[in-house]
Amino acid sequence: MLKQIEGSLGIAEAVALCRPGAICAYPISPQTHIVENLGKMVKTGQLQDCEFLNVESEFSAMSVSIGASAGGVRAYTATASQGLLFMTEGIYNAAGLGLPIVMTVASRAIGAPINIWNDHSDSLSQRDSGWLQLFCESNQDALDTHIMAFKIAEEVGLPVMVCMDGFVLTHAFERLDLPSQEQVDQFLPAYEPREFLDPKEPISMGAMVGPEAFTELRILQQRKMLKAIPIIERVTKEYREITGHHSGGLLDCYNCENADVKLIIMGSTVGTAKDAVDELKAQGINAGVISLKAFRPFPYDEIRAAIGDTKNVVIVERSFSYGARGILHPEVSRAMRGKDTNIYTAVCGLGGRAILGTTIKGIVKHCLDGKFCDELTWFDVDSKVINSYLKDAEGITLPEGPLPESVLLDTLQKVRA
Amino acid sequence: MLDAIKFYQTGSNTVGNRLLNPSMRAVQASSDRPNTLISGHRACQGCGEALGARYAIDAAMRATGGQLMIANATGCLEVFSTPYPESAWRLPWIHSLFGNAAAVGAGLAVAARVRAKKAGNANVPRVIAQGGDGGTTDIGFGPLSGMFERNDDVLYICYDNQAYMNTGVQRSSATPPAARTATTQLVGAEPGNDWGKGKNVPLIAMAHGIPYVATASVADLKDLEYKVEKAMSFHGARYIQILVPCPLGWGCASGSTVTVARLAMESGFYPIFEAEYGKITSVRKIRQKQPVLNFLKLQRRYAHLTGKKADPKVLARIQAMCDDNIKSFDLLGDEIPETVPVAVQALERSHQI
Repeated sequence: MLKQIEGSLGIAEAVALCRPGAICAYPISPQTHIVENLGKMVKTGQLQDCEFLNVESEFSAMSVSIGASAGGVRAYTATASQGLLFMTEGIYNAAGLGLPIVMTVASRAIGAPINIWNDHSDSLSQRDSGWLQLFCESNQDALDTHIMAFKIAEEVGLPVMVCMDGFVLTHAFERLDLPSQEQVDQFLPAYEPREFLDPKEPISMGAMVGPEAFTELRILQQRKMLKAIPIIERVTKEYREITGHHSGGLLDCYNCENADVKLIIMGSTVGTAKDAVDELKAQGINAGVISLKAFRPFPYDEIRAAIGDTKNVVIVERSFSYGARGILHPEVSRAMRGKDTNIYTAVCGLGGRAILGTTIKGIVKHCLDGKFCDELTWFDVDSKVINSYLKDAEGITLPEGPLPESVLLDTLQKVRA
Repeated sequence: MLDAIKFYQTGSNTVGNRLLNPSMRAVQASSDRPNTLISGHRACQGCGEALGARYAIDAAMRATGGQLMIANATGCLEVFSTPYPESAWRLPWIHSLFGNAAAVGAGLAVAARVRAKKAGNANVPRVIAQGGDGGTTDIGFGPLSGMFERNDDVLYICYDNQAYMNTGVQRSSATPPAARTATTQLVGAEPGNDWGKGKNVPLIAMAHGIPYVATASVADLKDLEYKVEKAMSFHGARYIQILVPCPLGWGCASGSTVTVARLAMESGFYPIFEAEYGKITSVRKIRQKQPVLNFLKLQRRYAHLTGKKADPKVLARIQAMCDDNIKSFDLLGDEIPETVPVAVQALERSHQI
C-alpha cells in the first residue's frame, strides 16, 4: 500500500508486519519516532501478541531483547550513537549467543563533541561485534530491509543491525510502498525458534568456554557469517518476487557499465550520488555508483565483480579509524587484491555535514583530474575552522579545499623535528 | 514428640533432620527433591552460594511445579555451574552478562507470557534472575532498579557474600565496614573497608514499593525456602537477598559456613526480615543473642579486630551497628517495626555509631 509517511513510521509499520513478540527501547535521537510508533501500535492493539517495554537504558534494551529472544519470541529494538555504545556489551553477547534479534541503528555521530546528526561512526564501531550489518539507501530500502532482516537473522542464527541514516532517512517524509500482511506472512513464516528456554526441554545457554574450545566456537560463528552471504542473496530474491520491490541485496550498481570512475557508498548518500552521476552523464562524464548494502558480512567477491576493470574507485566514507585510515578502504583493497585498481577514500559528511550533489560531482572530477594523491582525503573540509585554531596554537595554516592525509602529516614536521 | 528430645537442633528448623515430623522437613529432605542444581559443579568446599542457590531454586521449582527459568549474572555461581560443555542446571538457564540479569529476566518473562498467550496456555513459566552482590548492588543496579520500577514479573535473588569473590575478593557496595578485601586491605590507619560507605539494597528495593522483599540466610534454610515460596506466590517484581558466607573470601573454615551465617543473624549483624509493598511484615527474631565478636573472630577478614593490636573502638563500632539493627528491626522483642528502619550506613555517615 502506498503511503506518504515519515521514514520512522514506515519502519515501525514494517516491524509490526513481522509480528514481533517483544519490543524494547530507550529513547535516543534520531531513533525515537520508530519506537514511539511501535509503542502506540502495541497500545492500540494494532500489533497483537507483543509487549512493549520502556526501559531505563540501552544496556537494558539490549538485555531485555536478549532475554526475550532466548525465551522464544521475535525481539526488536532500535538505537543510535551513544546508545549503541552503551549497549555494546550486550551487542557482542547477543551475537555470541546466536540470538536472531533485529535492531535498527538510526546512524548518528558519536561524541565528544556531542553531535546528534548523521554519520556512520556509531554503526561501524560495531564492526567486529558479530552482527550482520545491512545499510539502507532510502526509506523504501530500509522498510524492506527490516522485513528481510528478520528472515535473514532467523535463517543464519545471528542478530542483524539495520543501519539507516539518522534524520536524513528517519525523519524524511516520502512515498513508501508497504507490503500487505498477507505478503509478509507468506515471506516470513510464524516464528519457530531453533532453540529457546523451555521448561519442557531445559537447556543451559551462555556457558563459560575456556581455551579448549573457544577458537572452534569462534570459527563456527565465522562460518555462520559466511553462510549469510548466500542467504542474504536468496532472501532478497524471494522478497523481490513477492513484493516487486527492488530493495536489499549485498550491493547494488548504478550506471556502472563503462564507468571511468566508480564510487562506493553506504546509506542515503547513494540517492544524492545517483542524481549527481546523472547530471555528470549529461556533461559526458561517466561515473558509476556501487551502493554497498551488506557491510558485515563483507561481500568481497561481489565488490570485486562490481568494480571489475574500472581503474579508479573512490569510497565515500562517513567515518574513519583514528590513527589509521578509512574503515571500508581495507576491505575494498582486499577485494581487489592482485589488480592495479586505484582505490581512494574520500571522508565526508561527518557529524551531519550535508553531502550535496556538488560534493559528489567534486569527488568524481577530483578523481578524473588525477588529484587524489593519497589513500585518504578529507574531502569536504572547511580549512578556516582548523586554521582558526592551528594558526594561533602552532603557527600552521592549511590550504583551502580537500585535505589529503599527506598534507596533514606535513604539518607535523615541526613536531617531529 | 518433638518436646521429648533434648537436643538443641530439634527445636530449630534444621533442614533434613529426620527427627522432625515430615511437614516440618525442608524440600531438600525429600527423596524426590528437584535437585535443580545437581552435584558435580565446581563450587569451593563450604560454598554458601551453592548451598543457598540449591535450596532457593529447588523451593521455587516446587512452588511453580517446575515451570521455572533462570537468568544468571556473571559470577561464581555462573562459572562453577556451567563450564562448557557441562551444566549443573536441570532447568532452562541463561547467562548473558555481569550487569544485566534483571533485564534478561524481564525479557524472558515477556517471552513466556507472549508464547503462552499465543498458544492459549494458561500456564506461564516463571522467571528468577540471580547474581552475587557485585552483580546486583553495583554493576547490575540500574537494570535491577528498572526491573523493580516496571514491576516486571521476576524474582531477583541476590546471593550476598559481601564482596567480588569470583575475581578474587574485591570490595563491593555490600562489603561491611572494616572488612578486609583485596581492594580494602588490612593496612594503614583504618584497616579494611571504609566506614560510611555502601548501600542497603533490601531497603532500596522496599522503597520501590514492589510486592515482596526479604532477606534470608543459609543458617535458616527452612526460612529461606519459605521466603522463596512466598515470593513465588506474588506476581510482579520481588527481591530476596540471602547471606551466603564465602569461606575463601571471608577467611573462615569451609566447615563453618552455616555457623558463621548463624552468628551473623544471632548477633544482629544481618537482620532477617520480609516486607510486602514497602512495609515490613515479619522479622526473624534472635534466638540466642551473640556478641558480634563471636561472628568476627571466625573470619580472617576481621583478623585485625582480635588479638593484642586490635582497636577496641572499631569493635565497639561494629557492635553498635548490630545493636542498632537489633533495636530498629526489634530483633529481640515481639514487635514488627511500624516504620522502615534507617539504613545503618546513615548512622555511620552521621557518626551516630
